[in-house]
Amino acid sequence: MTKIDYEKVGALIGIEVHQQLDTKTKLFCSCPTKIREDEPHFTFLRRLRPTQSELGEVDPAALFEFHKGRVHIYENYNDSICLVEQDEEPPHLLDKEAVNFALEIALLMNAQPVDEIQIMRKLVIDGSNTTGFQRSVVVAFGGAIQVNGLEVPIQTIGVEEDAARKIREEGARTYWRLDRLGIPLIEVATAPVMKTPEQVQATALRIGQIFRVTGKVKRGLGTIRQDINVSIKDGAIIEIKGVQKLNLIGQVVKYEVQRQVELLKLRDELKKRGVRASKITKRVHEVTSLFKKSTSKVIKAALKRKEGVFALMLPGFASLVGKELQPGRRLGSEFADYAQFWGGVKGVFHTDELPKYGITTNDVENLRKHLQAKKADAIIIVAATKTAATEALKAVGDRARQSLKGVPAETRGPLADGTTRYSRPRPGAARMYPETDVAPVSVTVEHLDQIRKQLPELPEEKIHKFQEEYQLSEELAQIMIRSLRIDLFEAITKQHPELAVIIASTLETLWRNLEREEIAVDDISEQQIVLLFDRLAQNQFAKEAIPELLTWLANNPDGAVDDGIEALGLGVISQKELEAIVSKIVKANKEMIAERGERAMGPLMGKVMNEVRGRADGKLVNELLRSAIRTQLEPQ
Amino acid sequence: MPKDEPAGYLGEAQKTLNRVKAKIGDRIRVSTTENIFEGIVIPRAEIGADDQHIIIKLDSGYNIGIHVNNIQKIERVAPGRKAQPELPPITRKTKKGLPWASILSTGGTIASRVDYQTGAVNPALTADDLYTVVPELGNLANIRAEVLFSVFSENLLPSHWTTMAEQIAKHLDESEGVVIPHGTDTLGYTAAALSFALQNLPGPVILTGSQRSSDRPSSDAALNLTAAVIIAVQGPIAEVIIAMHRYPDDTSIALYPGTQVRKCHTSRRDAFKPINADLLGEVKNGQVYILVDENSYLHRDKTRQIRLQPEFDPKVALIKTTPGLMGERIDVLIDQGYHGIVIEGTGLGHAPEAIFEAIERAQSEQIPVVMTSQCIWGRVQMRVYRTGVELVQRGVIPGEDMIAETAFVKLMWVLAQTRDSTEVQKRMLTPIAGEITECSKRSQYEELSP
Repeated sequence: MTKIDYEKVGALIGIEVHQQLDTKTKLFCSCPTKIREDEPHFTFLRRLRPTQSELGEVDPAALFEFHKGRVHIYENYNDSICLVEQDEEPPHLLDKEAVNFALEIALLMNAQPVDEIQIMRKLVIDGSNTTGFQRSVVVAFGGAIQVNGLEVPIQTIGVEEDAARKIREEGARTYWRLDRLGIPLIEVATAPVMKTPEQVQATALRIGQIFRVTGKVKRGLGTIRQDINVSIKDGAIIEIKGVQKLNLIGQVVKYEVQRQVELLKLRDELKKRGVRASKITKRVHEVTSLFKKSTSKVIKAALKRKEGVFALMLPGFASLVGKELQPGRRLGSEFADYAQFWGGVKGVFHTDELPKYGITTNDVENLRKHLQAKKADAIIIVAATKTAATEALKAVGDRARQSLKGVPAETRGPLADGTTRYSRPRPGAARMYPETDVAPVSVTVEHLDQIRKQLPELPEEKIHKFQEEYQLSEELAQIMIRSLRIDLFEAITKQHPELAVIIASTLETLWRNLEREEIAVDDISEQQIVLLFDRLAQNQFAKEAIPELLTWLANNPDGAVDDGIEALGLGVISQKELEAIVSKIVKANKEMIAERGERAMGPLMGKVMNEVRGRADGKLVNELLRSAIRTQLEPQ
Repeated sequence: MPKDEPAGYLGEAQKTLNRVKAKIGDRIRVSTTENIFEGIVIPRAEIGADDQHIIIKLDSGYNIGIHVNNIQKIERVAPGRKAQPELPPITRKTKKGLPWASILSTGGTIASRVDYQTGAVNPALTADDLYTVVPELGNLANIRAEVLFSVFSENLLPSHWTTMAEQIAKHLDESEGVVIPHGTDTLGYTAAALSFALQNLPGPVILTGSQRSSDRPSSDAALNLTAAVIIAVQGPIAEVIIAMHRYPDDTSIALYPGTQVRKCHTSRRDAFKPINADLLGEVKNGQVYILVDENSYLHRDKTRQIRLQPEFDPKVALIKTTPGLMGERIDVLIDQGYHGIVIEGTGLGHAPEAIFEAIERAQSEQIPVVMTSQCIWGRVQMRVYRTGVELVQRGVIPGEDMIAETAFVKLMWVLAQTRDSTEVQKRMLTPIAGEITECSKRSQYEELSP
């Protein structure tokens, strides 16, 4: 695929970054903001009802689910979830800690806080909120952040409740866990001004950094989520919801722009072929009889379940259904997404990919003959019950008709490689109404002054401090500011500023090396990491042994640093002992020294270090060895 | 112009809006030192709001409050659109073959629509409104809807019970059953009142309500209302019933006997519990299941003639005994001309001896005093301890296993018929509508435990 000229296609991208706050309590009650993996204590069952006035506008997908009789099972813990999350008690007051945090972010981004915060209900009827709405507030407007020279305007800064966690789906039942529901989320939305994947990625990073310098956000996978809005000229605004990995953002943007470009090309090609929406009929053909003896596993299984095979003709679509829109994703994949979503079928076959999957050339020919399809036509087939297949093919037909217009507005979800799949139609204008159970919160000048006095340093101020005070190289300072372990770094460095460089490279460079070797360093408790550097500062072991010690700690989750030092025999050896080792090695390599002179340092250093195995400081070994070599070289 | 026009605005905020003649729903543009906001004027919350902020809804859907002191300029950009329901109500023709049910509303918003522009919650009251908001009703019954009055349930008066009873009786001439949507706070009182006022019913009278407001997708209202209509047309019981969630789950709607039910939780969906009684039944998956013996209730019979006795004497008081209670509490009631007193005593039906004298005075002035228990569950037994015996000696009527609230309503009803002490005592102790039972069963209390 050709390289995309983002300027030329008119890409405009905005992002919303959400991150969980590490507050003591949830946004509207006093429960802890704790995610739990132990067995839930009890469950209850609910249905959510989209009222008539929301029909078709709020969320057609949710309405659809309601009519299908979807029920929600909520999993609870008696000791960490209260009646508020269960929607059995009105919400308490808006959590002050979360509001203050949002105001802090607002001031850091030069945004203007509102005078009075109004609590809103945003309708969400997919079951992720027990109430059927998400409580959400805007705390500030405007402001901007600088991202590599580009000024990115901020539209809004707000706080909202995190949703319940979807655990699994079983037929018409969706299981949710209420531990996450109500954890405060900070939400920062930029204006759609970014034009390239690199800008978007950098902006997300920058926003994340500003969150992190406050030290009040949760860390780790699942605590941060980005929604990305992508549009191109003549395309549509596509919202990609819930990108969790920062380094996937650029890829997601790139693939989405590419998808829209390809969809526009596809539209033009369909026009050229004279395909019109009215020609795409809604007629679903039952073709079960043609596949009675099919060798396709999927079809055989369906027939065994007494289901049928159904087909929809797409006139003029031949070769286009198989057209790649994103790496590995074709128009056919989009059709499959729609069919799956609206019809609940596992997938579809289309003639552009056939013969394949056990469907033979003969099958395809019979099918074409039966439907009187021309060569230019494509046929989509589904093996399922009649109801499911009809719904599925109706949705495919709708999607096919939309491709004549170009890009349908959708909400999409990210896949692991940065491509995306259809998740639901884009909801209309957000349906919001006031949360009358919670009083508005006034933001006074005095209050803002108080927050202003305690603002944390911005990332660039920290980078400066890391370089000046802690002597980190610019590169290491940059790495550290982006690090997930920046708080830990700052905490330890405060105790042992002289070890700053070692601490930084341990927490980043070494950390990642060990991770690459699949050593579970993230499992080590922060307490043990702090202790490790305390012991290093006390000369209880040499810095060369850090990798070995971390590995030991990762493999012995219950072990303490001191146990590790002992178990590995890392106790620093005495200078006398060290001198003896140096002297032994120098003696054993007399010839080499005689031959190479001081250049023997390199290989001999390696030999000594190998012997002391991290129990001695490299610098000291170096000194002793150099002096021993010199003595050796002196004329006898 | 009313004092708080536009709705809810007072003081400076009101003046600022009036300067530019901005009404609720109008689009205004407000310039502050740092920003320009454009949006729709939203009513000011009635509770806990100050007079310093103007609330507008931005195009994003969010509301924000702008302090009047920060406003540099304010303009009215466009007039508001006329408030109108978002979808035209479904006007339904009568379906032949479907039974008729009446829905008589009293003020609780069991069904409502949200106007997303102003955030106003509009109750659905007419039959067409109800079909629009809860369309499945149309498949269950032909609905005859009437608005009796629009009063918060805490403001309902005994005279409202009279009106309700009369209207219900009228509707039962034509409908299979009558559903009364009602605020939950005093739902139990009304259920007891109707149980006494409407005897010998041909079909069921079902009171229902919601614990979570009907403007939220998770509301229990629609399910309760639907179940009530199902009972109205299918349920075999011709009695006054409360239908509310049995559990926190949306799985079962319980049928509670009208005189033996109480709101026991401030906010949970399953707030109502049967007191000294078993559940009558439940509605599950659209079906009514009766859980009591079929000889224990009055069965539906269209030909049965209602015995309507809808009068209540409002001069009855319910007081709770507490440590340190003094006789003056009762003296005041007598001085003010009350006709009857119900005491929510402690334990088996006790009250401090400090009020004995006042009780003697009540007796001498022909004012009946009925004893119930604040334990909520169980029977009053005034012959076990000396205090009980002494109270009975002073004419106190032991209220058996009547709930205090039910005894209170019953005394109002009895006093509307007779003021004769002996007659009052006799009627108070005669079971009329299941309010007194002879045997207390173990299950009637264990129903509470999960």
